[in-house]
Amino acid sequence: MRSGEHAGDGAPAPPPVSATRPVLVALAVLVVVTLAATAIGPADLSLATVARVVAGHVGLHLPGRVSAIDQAIVWQIRLPRVVLGGLVGAMLALGGASYQGVFRNPLADPYLLGVAAGAGLGATIAIVSASRATYLLPLAAFAGGVVAVSLTYLVGARANGYATSASIILAGVAVAAVFTALQTNIQQQHAADLQPVYSWILGSLSVATWSDVRLIVPYVALSTVVLLGHRRLLDVLRVGEEEATSLGVDPRRVRLTVVAAATLGTAAAVSVSGLVGFVGIIVPHVVRLTTNASYRVVLPVSLISGASFLILADLGARMLDAPAEIPLGVVTAFIGGPFFIFVLRSRRSRQGTL
Amino acid sequence: MSALELRGLAVSYDGVAALCGIDYALAPGTWLGLIGANGAGKSTLLRALVRLVAYQGTVRVGGAEVARLSRRRLAQQVAFVPQTPELPREMRAIDYVALGRTPYLGYFAAERPADRRVGHELLARLGLDALAERPVGALSGGEVQRLVLARALAQEAPVLLLDEPTSALDLGRRVEALELVDQLRAERGLTVVAAMHDLTLAGQFATEVALLDHGRLVRTGTPDAVLTDAELGRYFGASVRVLRDDDGDLVVVPRRQRGGPS
Repeated sequence: MRSGEHAGDGAPAPPPVSATRPVLVALAVLVVVTLAATAIGPADLSLATVARVVAGHVGLHLPGRVSAIDQAIVWQIRLPRVVLGGLVGAMLALGGASYQGVFRNPLADPYLLGVAAGAGLGATIAIVSASRATYLLPLAAFAGGVVAVSLTYLVGARANGYATSASIILAGVAVAAVFTALQTNIQQQHAADLQPVYSWILGSLSVATWSDVRLIVPYVALSTVVLLGHRRLLDVLRVGEEEATSLGVDPRRVRLTVVAAATLGTAAAVSVSGLVGFVGIIVPHVVRLTTNASYRVVLPVSLISGASFLILADLGARMLDAPAEIPLGVVTAFIGGPFFIFVLRSRRSRQGTL
Repeated sequence: MSALELRGLAVSYDGVAALCGIDYALAPGTWLGLIGANGAGKSTLLRALVRLVAYQGTVRVGGAEVARLSRRRLAQQVAFVPQTPELPREMRAIDYVALGRTPYLGYFAAERPADRRVGHELLARLGLDALAERPVGALSGGEVQRLVLARALAQEAPVLLLDEPTSALDLGRRVEALELVDQLRAERGLTVVAAMHDLTLAGQFATEVALLDHGRLVRTGTPDAVLTDAELGRYFGASVRVLRDDDGDLVVVPRRQRGGPS
């Protein structure tokens, strides 16, 4: 490039926004949170015990002995729950940040387009029609979520020939209303299954196993790769659809790809955790406020911090009212509700900044 | 070969014609001033050239048909500065300018050091290098105007479209911004198409003027030929007088309708 050759004349160009430092900080926090959440519980374990068990499973042998019971508590009970919580939180936060980027709306998250309502309907149908076959529940929730978002996209696109952010969000509200109505109706007709339906909808990681982790890892991994790949394009979209178009980007294609990837990952996540709300709004916003508004920073840092956030929320869910458990969705909503208002108010004072 | 060539260009919104039968060819290095009353079709014409609105007819850029180019290739050929750009207020100036390199980057690719250098040089060229790491929201109106121009120039496209580029600026800044575009036009052989509200400035900067009226091109030619009392009076629905200042530059002055509206 000819115009690039004289760069030595003046000061060097400032480097692009870098995510390295916030990512390292977020990773350090995640390691601490993971170890702490694994150690804390009704049976008090030391961090050393946790470290020994984890090391033993990756082929390292740290000095000291761990009893078989402690071994089982860490590896069979606590760790799958912490890891699953981390995966779900990471996916919900990354999905939320990505949705906010493509819809240029700070309150957008996958739930807005009907993932939650669709997954809820799918799960309810699975529970009332085959309550013993619990392995069907995640699949049904996943299918329901994907169907609902696809429908949202079709309706939003048909409304005026092509899909705009506003028409898709409106379609999402309509689809979610219909799916929720269907779900409520089915639930009322099968009063006997009310309890399992309810506890799934409120969200919980209390029966997490390694097979749940294995079930969602491929989806979360694929979704993460695709979404992180879009981090620069989401910055381009910050100048609006028209200007992004004039810069050579097709906003509709970006939106479709990002929505598909975020929905796939989110539907997989909620299929094992139940409907855990607000993670996708709280985490990206805190990241924005504390680091940088660039999606080149927001996406990777939200991914990592989302994991920490949900692991902590789940720790709260099982410890705050021990031995009883508070539903995880209740914990996140309790933090998320007030936070939602905070975001709305700060948005009003800094119009159009996100 | 023409830098830009329009043949039978027509645009309609919901069946209502906004532009119709536009034929025009621009030689490289031309500054075409698009003038006309509000709603005459100036913005629509510019937007059609970057395919922001669907059109009938043919548009060629450097010989290539615009309709057949990918969005990326088109953005390498034509850069567009909208009338009211959407500003990501928290983005740093240098990152904003670097967005102009998007047409040269792969779908998942990050900016290369060379892209950053192009952006930084443009900031320096436009006197904004000291503000490179400031957020866009902290810049003044005149600085933002130059910043948006820098982003468009980072596309390194031979054709630059400006939609009322200076409408938000005070008089001094207005002339300054246009001078800058004119210098870059001379340096890089840019072809400029600018919708211009201020007829005096159109007369001073444009090498050719095209007068639009209700979606049709009614007069084209040099500023001297098009900007006359009679033509402007007829198509702008106002009484004006075209004068010459001491340097021989055109000055368009509105005249009060004495006695009030009848």
